[in-house]
Formats: sequence, C-alpha cells, structure tokens
Amino acid sequence: MSNLRQELKKQIIEQLNLEDLEITDINDNDELFGDEIGLDSIDALELIVLLEKEYGIKITDPKEGKEVFYSVETMASYIEKHS
Amino acid sequence: MSNIHNISATVILRNHQVILNEKVVFETAEDLELSLFLKACYQDLEIDYGKFYKMDLLSKLGFIATEYLLKDQKLNPETALILQNSAGSLETDTNYQASISDKNAFPSPSVFVYTLPNIVLGELSIRHQLQTENAFFISEKFEAPFLIVYLQNLLSTQKAEAAICGWLDLDKDGYNVFLSLITKEEKGKALTAENLKNYYEQFKTRA
Repeated sequence: MSNLRQELKKQIIEQLNLEDLEITDINDNDELFGDEIGLDSIDALELIVLLEKEYGIKITDPKEGKEVFYSVETMASYIEKHS
Repeated sequence: MSNIHNISATVILRNHQVILNEKVVFETAEDLELSLFLKACYQDLEIDYGKFYKMDLLSKLGFIATEYLLKDQKLNPETALILQNSAGSLETDTNYQASISDKNAFPSPSVFVYTLPNIVLGELSIRHQLQTENAFFISEKFEAPFLIVYLQNLLSTQKAEAAICGWLDLDKDGYNVFLSLITKEEKGKALTAENLKNYYEQFKTRA
C-alpha cells in the first residue's frame, strides 16, 4: 500500500470520526459512499475540506467531486495528478 | 388497548447512570469524561450504528437514551418526538465558534450541522425511520404542563398515536436527560403533568 493511500485512510477515519473503522477495514477500491464505507453528504463536504486543508487542492465542480471521492484510489490519483 | 395514553416507559441519564423504568441498568464511574460514558453505553447496548460516532454530544445523549427507552419496545411508526431543554445546542455552538476563531481555520461541516438543538430529532427519526411530528422547545426548566398540552393536542387530533417526550439538556456544567414513552399500552401511569413531573424529579442524585 502506498504511503499516500495509507495516509488518506488515516485522515478519513480521523476527520470523519469513523471510530468503528480501522485503516485495514478500508480497501483502496472500496466505494466510499456505497455500502462498504457508507459515507454521507456531510462527509463529502468534510472530504472537500480535507483535500483543501491537507493538500491545497480545491474541488469546485460537484460532478468532479463524485468521481474524485469514489474511493481512496481515485482520491490518491487525483492528488498525485494535481499536487 | 384503551384510548387513554399512558407514560408507559421512562429513562433517565444522570450522574453517569442509566435508569430505565426506575431501575439502574448501566453505570460507570462518575468522573469519566461524558463522551466516554456515552461510548460505554453504546457498547453496553451492543448495537452497530457507525453514525453514532459522528454525532455531537447532545445527539449522542438523545440517541443513547432513546435506545435504552425502546430496548424491549415495539415502536409505533406514528410516534411523535417532543423534547425540551434550556441550553439549546450551546455546547456544540461554542465548540464550533472556537474552531473558526482562527482566521486561517477551516470550518468543519460535520460540527456545523449540529449547531441546532433539533438536529437530534432528525437523528432519532433516521434511526427509527419516523416521519412524524417533532418539536424541540427551549425552556428555562422542565415544563411538564406545557408538554402535556402540546402532546394532548397531537394525540387527540390523531397527528400522532404515540410520543417520545422529555428533557434533553447539556451545558458546560453537565447533562440531564429524562425521556418518556407515551403510548396507549395499559402500563405505567396515566399521562398527566403531575405524573410526568414526578418521573422527571426521580433520581436527581446517584442511586
């Protein structure tokens, strides 16, 4: 597992208060807003804040957000491309 | 089943004790941090509801109290939620205000969404799949007569068939929770202001 992907999982768990999850519970390709992790619309806003705060990346297009936040893998790829 | 509504179950959360129908069913040391007491309650209930961890303390108090209150109950889908407190959502408001006081701070959406006391009613409605009447009143102290008038109106006009009502308060000095389940079941005591107040007044000190 790459450091970025591991770091993202840790940040997601901390930022979103997912106390019942461990880093190992999240697979790189798990659907974040599907049945596997079960995030909601407020979590989506937190992820936008997380990207801006931790990586200096602003998401302004909601359609783009849907693709970027699909999984840890898509988030990591987006960060690698834009930082 | 009669047409008269009764206070068929009650729960009190005070002094790190959970008192269900006048019996202590769970407790921790009194000096435990409130969030840890609530986490211990959550674990005691043996439920799996990850969203619990995302809630603010007021919502966690309401959630835990309701879980105990409904533990062995079949919830009527037409159950209204009527709560009251004196501090509103002041604890969360204060936390949120502190989190944005630095001009470089990033406001947290997940803290912001809890800066209203009635958010707990939404959490309870989602948890128990209720699409019913709900209201959160702010009052200096527990006003049983006021609640009774409101409840009687809802019940007599068939806007609700049952209700969860009570006091859910949290401020910097502590918390005070009393919830009651109002149903037509023939148990408990009749739904009167006096009975509701008497239930509320119990267990002010650690049992």
